[in-house]
Amino acid sequence: MSTREKILAAVKKNQPPLSALPDISVFKVHEEDVVKKYSEMFAGIGGLLVSAGSLETVKDLVRKDFDQSKRILSNIPALSDVAEISDSDADPHTLEDVELAIIEARLAVAENGAVWLTEDVMGHRVLPYIAQHLAVIVREDSIVSTMHDAYAKIATEDYGFGGFIGGPSKTADIEQALVLGAHGPLSMTVYLIK
Amino acid sequence: MKSTLDHAALAEEFNKDEERVDWHDGALWWIRQKRDRSAHQTPQWEELREAASAIKSNVISNLHDYLIQFEENLKKNGVKVYWASDAEEHNQIVYSILKAKEIKQMVKSKSMLTEECHLNEFLEERGIEVINSDLGEYIQQIDNEPPSHIVLPCIHKRKEEIGELFHEHLGTEKGLSDPTLLTRVARKHLRNVFLTRRAALTGVNFAVAETGEYVVCTNEGNADMGAHLSEVQIASMGLEKIIPERKHLGVFLRLLARSAIGQPITIYSSHYKKPRPGQEMHLILVDKGRSNLLARPDFRESLKCIKCGGCMNTCPVYRKSGGLSYHNTISGPIGAILAPNLDMKKHADLPFASTLCGSCSNVCPVKIPIHDQLYKWRQEIVKQGYSASRKTFSMKAMALTLSSPEIYKTAGKTGRWLLNNAPFAINNKFNPWYKQRDMPDSSQQSFGEWYAKNGSKK
Repeated sequence: MSTREKILAAVKKNQPPLSALPDISVFKVHEEDVVKKYSEMFAGIGGLLVSAGSLETVKDLVRKDFDQSKRILSNIPALSDVAEISDSDADPHTLEDVELAIIEARLAVAENGAVWLTEDVMGHRVLPYIAQHLAVIVREDSIVSTMHDAYAKIATEDYGFGGFIGGPSKTADIEQALVLGAHGPLSMTVYLIK
Repeated sequence: MKSTLDHAALAEEFNKDEERVDWHDGALWWIRQKRDRSAHQTPQWEELREAASAIKSNVISNLHDYLIQFEENLKKNGVKVYWASDAEEHNQIVYSILKAKEIKQMVKSKSMLTEECHLNEFLEERGIEVINSDLGEYIQQIDNEPPSHIVLPCIHKRKEEIGELFHEHLGTEKGLSDPTLLTRVARKHLRNVFLTRRAALTGVNFAVAETGEYVVCTNEGNADMGAHLSEVQIASMGLEKIIPERKHLGVFLRLLARSAIGQPITIYSSHYKKPRPGQEMHLILVDKGRSNLLARPDFRESLKCIKCGGCMNTCPVYRKSGGLSYHNTISGPIGAILAPNLDMKKHADLPFASTLCGSCSNVCPVKIPIHDQLYKWRQEIVKQGYSASRKTFSMKAMALTLSSPEIYKTAGKTGRWLLNNAPFAINNKFNPWYKQRDMPDSSQQSFGEWYAKNGSKK
């Protein structure tokens, strides 16, 4: 018998009688103002939130807040004035020197401040993790209350890779002292647009 | 393992440095308080725990079919699947994957399973270098120590000790102990590691049977840095990590980070489904005692664990004895109920490292009755004859005393007389109860004597 068959046989023999799945549709939170809640939560975990209003304003803010002499990468064609548009065929190792990555979120979650990104909006899977700083564009109408609502929207979508990102990379491994910028971005900015 | 001493002896070592014990205790209690604040701010928190527990009950009861479904979907997604019964088989699989690609260096993100399997040592003996990339695990690795906590691997270390390790291994200035500066040094060093390793191994937090994707949660971003820069991505998971459907992630991701460190969600919750072009993805399903645990009705609920570490942060014994005194990869209350399933004799001391106060069960996000299981393991261990001989003797003496009214009366009288007239006969170095304690003054009479005198009065 192969290991696979041995394990499956043991599991089948030892597992208890079937117990039913619970109904998780009971988890409903009616958030009065998801934008406000999102903003509070995101700021609470060390994120920077800016109500930009439009992509045009985002461009001005990027010019003002980030060093233009360094590499700024995005997969949003409308930002080509301020960012290099990423080439999805490039070796991910060539992204090592990216100072700022600008990515548009698929959705954002009010209860925890996280954004949901899939590889098609990232351009490169490694981009939101390897960049020194991360900026994410969030449309106000894409904000949902809870993770349950987020998965209801994601539903059965097929992706190769997707991730929730809830702030700048962080660690507290040395004496529980919070340090932003462990291995990933040192800062995360969310630009809210209408 | 560095030591063959039991929990009590190792805890005694840890307790020699009182200032450190107080600091350790306080640091963990602070995290417990953050957990409470976070839980109280979450509507329907108790219902969420209930739902998580029920989902995991369903998983345990239908694991066979979910495993087959998960495997089918992994294959559809282009992921190569392996099955391993034990540590040796798991380690061999990892080695063969690396060997086929002639890879000599691998970066690893946090995985308690591979710690349990002693994968690093196995690969190093075969000429493959492994670097742990979670900062806390990296620190433990350069100090040649196992993690002392599943979420906070070096919670027992002071920053000066970490500074000393960095001075020795990374060439930082002597005396540097500022957490931010030390983290920056590690960031620079490990970035270079991520960029130069062809293979990356991660653990798995949740594996979705319905879609074949698996989710890895970190705060540092180390799993993603390793995985997305690798040409060979390997994931190792215990069978129990399965959840039925993608939507169930909503329940678990709401609970995990809040229970662990009081954060609303981990910074990174990454859903790995298919390899990127030019990359290989491998997933190893590891039994290592899980199927055996399924057959133990009293203990199988421990398979629900999502490794948040909440039970450690709240446990008065863990906080005051430190994770390393459990001489097991997974320490604290959950470690004490998981370890005896693997080796009852070796871990016979662990279920006794508890006051049975029940705090662990109260914070557990999947409602494992941890303290009940600790109590049941004690019975099992005594029945199998693995308990410490001193404990067996005193339990027998106690049973005899309590079963005979005459012996009980005499023993009570003798005890009271000794405590009042010759306390040194009891309070001495042969009685471990007195190591950190004093007894209150003993009463002059027993309840029986008092009742005989006063019971008939109105």
